Amino acid sequence: MTSSALALGNVLAAAEGGGEGFQAPGLGEFYPQPLVTFSLLGVEFEITRITVWLWIATIAMLVFMAAAVRRPQIVPGKLQFIGESGYSLVRDGIARDVVGPRGLPFAPFLASLFFFILANNLLSIIPFAQISPMSKFAFPLVLALICWVLYIYIGIREQGVGKYFKDILFLPGVPAFMYILVTPIEVLQNFIVRPFTLAVRLFANMFAGHMLLVVFSLGAVYLLSRDNFSIVFGPVSALMAIVMTFFELLVIFLQAYVFTVLMGTYLNGSIEAEH
Amino acid sequence: MDVLAELTGSVGSIGYGLAAIGPGIGVGIVWAAYIQATARQPESAGLTRTYAFLGFALSEALALIGFVVPFVFGT
Repeated sequence: MTSSALALGNVLAAAEGGGEGFQAPGLGEFYPQPLVTFSLLGVEFEITRITVWLWIATIAMLVFMAAAVRRPQIVPGKLQFIGESGYSLVRDGIARDVVGPRGLPFAPFLASLFFFILANNLLSIIPFAQISPMSKFAFPLVLALICWVLYIYIGIREQGVGKYFKDILFLPGVPAFMYILVTPIEVLQNFIVRPFTLAVRLFANMFAGHMLLVVFSLGAVYLLSRDNFSIVFGPVSALMAIVMTFFELLVIFLQAYVFTVLMGTYLNGSIEAEH
Repeated sequence: MDVLAELTGSVGSIGYGLAAIGPGIGVGIVWAAYIQATARQPESAGLTRTYAFLGFALSEALALIGFVVPFVFGT
């Protein structure tokens, strides 16, 4: 039983029970019934349908990428063209243009990041899934932590430990008396704000998008089941659900792109010393 | 101490409404700059499109953090 189906059942029951009103979906949407529960090293783990869809999306993306480069030809076929265009968007548009001339080694990592986030975000509007695993905070958090560790490690590797931290603490080109203001901002920015906003931006977009779609869809069902004047607004709510689905498609691509571009920007800051 | 005025109900909605003011203006400024730049020099539209979307996403993030915080700290 999907959580959306349970919420739909609640709405239909309220509609027939009469007088109870619309049961708005809440946080229960994001905590579906676990399929498997196990405990590892004292930590409770649940395999829910969201986890299963994460696996399905990742495997589907891997299969698509593997199929796109199988038997490559000089004049590409359709699948190869799509795969190459997608990879070139990240490799040329982000790894080469944003990270810089020494950024091409990061193209595989950035492409993996982009396509992983894209594949999982697309689940938000695909029927039967209809929730993005990125709307559970753990997944964007882990991605942001990986990126955080990576850009600090690259900064230390490229510039040396002393120079990297000195440039963060004492930004070059700033008059000495401004350090009181600039140093806390730089420290917070580099070590706390950047990974936090990376994670929260992706999470909040997917969370809000899912909530919007669920509210409009369940609202349409509720309003259409009324037997008074409210039935006129049922189609309006359904229309809004359709419009929001298209908007969600834009947000899906945009959030995957923005996550990757920002990671490219942070890598650029780590590789090239501030001049 | 007497309570003279009290706010009950979904205070999170009010919080989100207040949080959406700034990013609403911010996104408007980003796209206004993009439109003006394209109007002045149409061939630069492709170059600056990246920055337009980047600025939109960064500004939108704050509004969405405001949307999520009531759920995090809520009842």
